[in-house]
Amino acid sequence: MRADWQRLLYWFRRDARGRWIGLALIVVALAVLPFVLEASVGRTWVRIIDLALLYAMLALGLNIVVGFAGLLDLGYIAFYAVGAYAYALLASPHFGVHLPWWVLLPVGAVLAAFFGVVLGAPTLRLRGDYLAIVTLGFGEIIRIFLNNLNAPINITNGPQGVNLIDTIAIDGVSFAKTNTLLGIPFPGTHLHYYLFLLIAVLVMFVCMRLEDSRIGRAWVAIREDEIAAQAMGINTRNIKLLAFAMGATFGGVAGGLFSSLQGFVSPESFAVWESITVLCMVVLGGMGHVAGVVLGALLLATLPELLRHTAAPLQQQLLGKVILDPESLRMLLFGLALILVMLLRPAGLWPSPTRRRELTSTRVSGTV
Amino acid sequence: MSLLEARNIRKSFGGLQALSEVSLAIDSGEIYGLIGPNGAGKTTLFNVFTGLYKPDAGSVLFNGADVTGRKPNLIAAAGVARTFQNIRLFANMTAVENVMVGRHLRARAGALGAILRDRTTMLEETAIRRRAHELLEYVGVLRHAHALAKNLAYGDQRRLEIARALATDPKLLALDEPAAGMNATETASLRRLLEQIRSDKVTILLIEHDVKLVMGLCNRVAVLDYGKKIAEGAPALVQRDPAVIEAYLGGALP
Amino acid sequence: MDIFLQQILNGLVLGSVYALVALGYTMVYGILGLINFAHGEVVMVGALVSLSVVELLMGSGLGIPVPAVGALALLAAISVCMGLGFSIERVAYRPLRRAPRLAPLITAIGVSILLQTVAMLIWGRRYHTVPALIPPTPHTLGGATITNVQILIIVVSALIMAGLMGLVHFTRLGRAMRATAENPVVAGLMGVNINRIISATFIIGSALAAIAGVLVSSNYGIAHYYMGFVLGLKAFTAAVLGGIGNLPGAMVGGLLLGLIESLGAGYIGDLTGGFLGSHYQDVFAFLVLIMVLVFRPTGLLGERVSERA
Repeated sequence: MRADWQRLLYWFRRDARGRWIGLALIVVALAVLPFVLEASVGRTWVRIIDLALLYAMLALGLNIVVGFAGLLDLGYIAFYAVGAYAYALLASPHFGVHLPWWVLLPVGAVLAAFFGVVLGAPTLRLRGDYLAIVTLGFGEIIRIFLNNLNAPINITNGPQGVNLIDTIAIDGVSFAKTNTLLGIPFPGTHLHYYLFLLIAVLVMFVCMRLEDSRIGRAWVAIREDEIAAQAMGINTRNIKLLAFAMGATFGGVAGGLFSSLQGFVSPESFAVWESITVLCMVVLGGMGHVAGVVLGALLLATLPELLRHTAAPLQQQLLGKVILDPESLRMLLFGLALILVMLLRPAGLWPSPTRRRELTSTRVSGTV
Repeated sequence: MSLLEARNIRKSFGGLQALSEVSLAIDSGEIYGLIGPNGAGKTTLFNVFTGLYKPDAGSVLFNGADVTGRKPNLIAAAGVARTFQNIRLFANMTAVENVMVGRHLRARAGALGAILRDRTTMLEETAIRRRAHELLEYVGVLRHAHALAKNLAYGDQRRLEIARALATDPKLLALDEPAAGMNATETASLRRLLEQIRSDKVTILLIEHDVKLVMGLCNRVAVLDYGKKIAEGAPALVQRDPAVIEAYLGGALP
Repeated sequence: MDIFLQQILNGLVLGSVYALVALGYTMVYGILGLINFAHGEVVMVGALVSLSVVELLMGSGLGIPVPAVGALALLAAISVCMGLGFSIERVAYRPLRRAPRLAPLITAIGVSILLQTVAMLIWGRRYHTVPALIPPTPHTLGGATITNVQILIIVVSALIMAGLMGLVHFTRLGRAMRATAENPVVAGLMGVNINRIISATFIIGSALAAIAGVLVSSNYGIAHYYMGFVLGLKAFTAAVLGGIGNLPGAMVGGLLLGLIESLGAGYIGDLTGGFLGSHYQDVFAFLVLIMVLVFRPTGLLGERVSERA
């Protein structure tokens, strides 16, 4: 079992001193990033990074399910929705309840984990493709219920969604406005950035520790050969359920944060497309590799925004008109990405060494 | 009381009766062989013992407790560990990691322990790693500890599988054709390993085709043919049993 | 009781379409063990291509008689979809035949998204109205109404399914398909060109999908770039319900699912005391899927998946 600092520095393949310097530089860069972005390209980009960090949390959560345990979940966004709506309903004028964020995030997490167990218990023994379809269906069911539970009793407010959700406030510092701390003005977006960054790093940390543990080994064993794993005494059902529940938990936390950032949630944000987006991040980034999926998430969360700002004018300039609007372009690229990655580089852009050898070698005795 | 007792096991697949009324008893401390022509039902019986199949009728008792139809992981927890005819190692894990997975059963750290890395968890991990190395040395593949399981030589893979099974601290080690594909030297070496395991108080159930190995190694032997037990006893006696000879050769010798 | 018969008839119409699409899923799964996620999108392409041809010919002022327009549109849809199905298999699935199971599943999703996007670019995001080539004349049957178009759907589907069964059981191709579905390695050793059979399976399934697309868009009068997704999901449910890999199973499953959905949507208000309305119709299919997979994963008629080496 490697110590955390060893894992962290593994990413810097230089001498020890070079590694520490590299790490320090990264920390400083991350700390000043929001200010640099705001000064150069505007505050909207800080907001985009905030969302990208949420996607990173989602990708990390899905990575536990798909990457570590090898279970294809196509309805992962349902857990995000559960967390988001739990937060929204309990911190807004909708029911008139205003619980604080540090209560609601754990509540959302536990609720999401609960749904994870409820979904997983009957379905995790299904073979891979069936599980994929069932989870897809489950994701859709959640969305349909969110969309329609507004009559006869209004629970979710239907397609209109819930708005005026409370923003986070820590020690009197409200994230809704600019606060001056230590003489420096911190706008709400920046405060969100630091909180999300902290939580994302925490999630990464938890994932890395899980990976290099008895549980992590059990997940790999199940992925490799479920029958042999069972024969060795691993309760495959419970271990898979654990993966599901942990993934769901992170989804729920991210959902709550999303609610508080956005101030508004509606069922539209939780369509199948979002599940597929997160899957794309995991697959493209490097399935099973914590650092890889974070990269995938950051790339795929920011790239479409980049395209939105450049694609239309570029096409206008080159072709005289816009053939591919940014939305279509995004879908096109995601679809292509999934296909091309699987065909050409199935281990992803930044694979972990173990995963690369798993996915690129041909299996002789097919047991999956 | 026998360690493992099978009573009137019946199992069929579709129209094929794989096992009919098979009963046997394995005593603690012995090496018990299960032999018979191909298709006799040996691996099927194995799978019934280890929980992969549920018998249509009959019962399996292990250490006095009824384990009929229990899930494989629970049977492993009760003390039965197995290897597979076609070697089912975790191909992309290293040798030592394979054996560490075998230790899963006898460890307790869960998600919380993994995340917090408290003292108990860390001690447990060290113990797991140490035991894994010990077992690799015991079976003779320590020098390949950090090689991927799929890259090991065939004979080493078989040994690794045994090491992984031993990691579960079994009372009964069930080996499905451990000597398959081995030459005389390797088989002799395997025999020494199995004798060592027996002297370390682990009972062994063995499916084997290698007659020489079975005769020299097993305390007792049971012969299956077409799903029925046709003989049981000391190898020398069974070898001369006319029913056994007929099963293997298809007719009494003139 | 007055809506009972109506819902039964609606269910049969819906179910016939599900059955046609389910056949495509089940044939592919029987041979490759793969859920062809993109299949629903092929249905969509069939519907939209047919629509475009109809609009083109009707608006061309050439005075082509309506039945000919319909036939040409159908032919166009079938041809395009067959080509599409063939290409999808060649490009996205064949290279991954030996890869771990997760891989073709992911490419399938990618193909599905790609097709949706391309359709969106070609046909736009709006809901297209499908002109009725045959003016729907309602007939009453014991208090319930059914149009001639709907009757046509049921009849055409039944004929096609009969034709498929004939193909599979009485022709050389069909024999080869069954052999490949049982055990591709051995079939290959017996001289069957596995790649050709697999392509043929996709092509036939896509033809069925095209027909289903034309029928369903004619019935509801709408076609839309996103219509394939939910339909595909439900049709797959139907295939699983009947027993994946099992052709009669897909037909039975399709009809049954159509009936369940129809009756469910009709009665759900009464069943839940007005709490849940008919917009929960889609949920039925998903619930059926989950229940089948949990309680009887081999389906009603038993599954038939190949033993792949």
